[in-house]
Amino acid sequence: MSINRRQFLKIAGISTMLGIGSTAIVSGLRKGDLEASQFEVSPGALTAKRWGFVVDMSKFKSGEDIKRVIDSCHSIHNVPDYGNPKDEIKWIWKDDYEHVFPNQENEYATAELKEKPFMVFCNHCAQPACVRVCPTKATFKRQDGIVMMDMHRCIGCRFCMAACPFGARSFNFRDPRGTDENGRPFIKKENPEFPTRTKGVVEKCTGCYERLAKGLKPACVEASNGGIVFGDLEDPHSEVRKLIAKHYTIRRKPELGTQPSIYYIIGGNENA
Amino acid sequence: MYNAGKILIGLIIFFGLATFPFFYNMGKAIAKPEPKVDTPEIMKLAKQDRKCVESKEFMRAEHMQLLNEWRDSVVRSNTRVYVNAEGKKFDMSLQNTCMRCHSNKKKFCDECHNYMAVKPYCWDCHIAPKEKES
Amino acid sequence: MLEKALNGSPRYWGWVFLLLAVIGVGFISYLRQFSYGLGITGLSRDVTWGFYIAQFTYLVGVAASAVMLVIPYYLHNYKKFGRIVILGEFLAISAVMMCILFIFVDLGQPMRVMNVMLYPTPNSVMFWDMIVLMGYLTLNLLIGWTTLGAERKEAPPPAWVKPLIYLSIPWAASIHTVTAFLYAGLPGRHLWLTAIMAARFLSSAFAAGPALLILLALIVRKTSRFDPGKEAIQSLAKIVAYAMTINVFFFLLEVFTAFYSNIPDHMYPIKYLFVGLEGHTNLVPWMRTAAVLAFVGLALLIYPNTRKNENILPLALIAVFISTWIDKGMGLVVGGFVPNPFERVVEYTPTAPELLISLGVYAIGFLILTVLYKVAIAVKEETEGVEIPH
Repeated sequence: MSINRRQFLKIAGISTMLGIGSTAIVSGLRKGDLEASQFEVSPGALTAKRWGFVVDMSKFKSGEDIKRVIDSCHSIHNVPDYGNPKDEIKWIWKDDYEHVFPNQENEYATAELKEKPFMVFCNHCAQPACVRVCPTKATFKRQDGIVMMDMHRCIGCRFCMAACPFGARSFNFRDPRGTDENGRPFIKKENPEFPTRTKGVVEKCTGCYERLAKGLKPACVEASNGGIVFGDLEDPHSEVRKLIAKHYTIRRKPELGTQPSIYYIIGGNENA
Repeated sequence: MYNAGKILIGLIIFFGLATFPFFYNMGKAIAKPEPKVDTPEIMKLAKQDRKCVESKEFMRAEHMQLLNEWRDSVVRSNTRVYVNAEGKKFDMSLQNTCMRCHSNKKKFCDECHNYMAVKPYCWDCHIAPKEKES
Repeated sequence: MLEKALNGSPRYWGWVFLLLAVIGVGFISYLRQFSYGLGITGLSRDVTWGFYIAQFTYLVGVAASAVMLVIPYYLHNYKKFGRIVILGEFLAISAVMMCILFIFVDLGQPMRVMNVMLYPTPNSVMFWDMIVLMGYLTLNLLIGWTTLGAERKEAPPPAWVKPLIYLSIPWAASIHTVTAFLYAGLPGRHLWLTAIMAARFLSSAFAAGPALLILLALIVRKTSRFDPGKEAIQSLAKIVAYAMTINVFFFLLEVFTAFYSNIPDHMYPIKYLFVGLEGHTNLVPWMRTAAVLAFVGLALLIYPNTRKNENILPLALIAVFISTWIDKGMGLVVGGFVPNPFERVVEYTPTAPELLISLGVYAIGFLILTVLYKVAIAVKEETEGVEIPH
């Protein structure tokens, strides 16, 4: 039997395809080694239909209170501090009224109101634009409303950062495990119970999903002395719903339709 | 054969390059890795409790699949409790469950991974237990 | 056919090695970025896309040039384009390759790029962009290579290419539309949130792509025995003139809507680009240059005597090319991020490594283009004077 070159290449090509195909099938079949029934929800975990926050800035008496809340989050989540705004990573921070609510523009508002600090973090929107655009489902919405990040899957395309109208997301422009020129580590003190991130992925507030699983409220809520209240927005008897019913609250950029889940009490001093 | 000389030289160079790794490592004995499970944390446990989440054989062959499934289960499905073949329950966490016992990452993880020349990226983010430099 | 690229003058090899050297420098810079992270670029938390993504966006436009030849030639039987349609298809191949590379160098975790296929996500526009770009690349490779191969044998191309050629026409429109949708569907980025974004992309693409193509055709005519034909070049120049007119018109529509409505959010980015915002004026000189060049180029292209003058025509085309490049390759992407969601102005300037990497990607694109054109021209020179039915 003699075959010419063309026939030989055809046979070689087809057998290679078959070879690759069958290994894929075999390894695919082996996937069922661990069954889903082996995984259970943590007992005592906090659950809700839609987690939400009410922020009452009148409970923050000084800059110290604000700093304590920020530190409570950034220290347990190993958030690095690069000391420059270009590479900056933040999960929760403060900005003033004028910039937190730019669509509430009011030229006769007092300087006091314009400069009043407000805590900002991920809004955990009900219709999140970041989730809609992510090409790998690395950011996704959990059933309890938390907008979650899977740092293992993120390819670092930063589409979510372009899509988020709240500037809630940060990108690891460099290795957070590194040190500055003086050898000072960017993460001052690592929390050994929580991972860091790696360079090239996007991160943000994850609603303290690791604490919710243990039955604990988010760290910022715990550190805020009632300044940040956490609860189920879908439950009419929850504390957050009672506060929303009692006070005048606004959300950031509701006109964009993302349905933010953070409600801000305005003028809390007088009403509280 | 046309250009026999050129083809032969080309073949020799190709053969040399392709077999270089074998010749380069010939005669060098690389110690077989022996992952140690005698950390103080494990030794503290009572004899009958010195068991991993699954059998030694299963863990040896499948720990990477297990960790991958743990990861997706915790991060994506919010199911954090693992029930093993014996019905025992564990918190699925590389840092807080696996490494709490296997506090000897260098001996337990790295030695095998280096031997097999695999570089899992777990430790780019997950914090390894503090170990004394040896 | 590829062996024809191995046979060239010293000038050809000089050009190839120059490109290889630039690629080398770009590659070394990329290795630095790979180890340090994207912090090596001028990007920041507030301006998260910059030079790379802007070049990608611009080059998607360049890739369209092919369709401006394919439509007249294959749909309207305009024979004069028969000689240069292959140049358009090969330009599309190199442009799409550059697009893919620019996305790749922009990724924070490039090793995970296959996640896009591993976890297909139809609600993400980026997923569709990957599909249309890959499809367009495949179509042009198949069509270009097959028709050129047939031409070399002095035979008509096989029948199965025809449907692919027809498919490539809407496909070219799709790469622009989907790329525009990357931007036009994001809430809160006012410069991008406009229904005519895709239309603007198409018009600027049909100006920029053919403009580059004519310039390349003029270079080809100078450096080889192959003449693309005076009439073909003039017809293309008219296409550039029309497309650029529409492009400028569309932009003026945006200006009207923003400023007559007087809505601050819509005015801020345009103000930032052309007069500066809160004292930040990095892009103002660039955007004003683009505006001037757009009108100069248009005037020279619309007035028949200057368009027909082959000494002036290249200048007009360069003006159009640079103007559209500044508009899309710098202004559009950065302008979308200014001001940031807190209405603060944070500016962006690309860094040296970022520019070197971009230059390297361009060099790869031009190397592909050079090799492909070399092959095409060698075939054309062989079969010079042979009339081929199609």
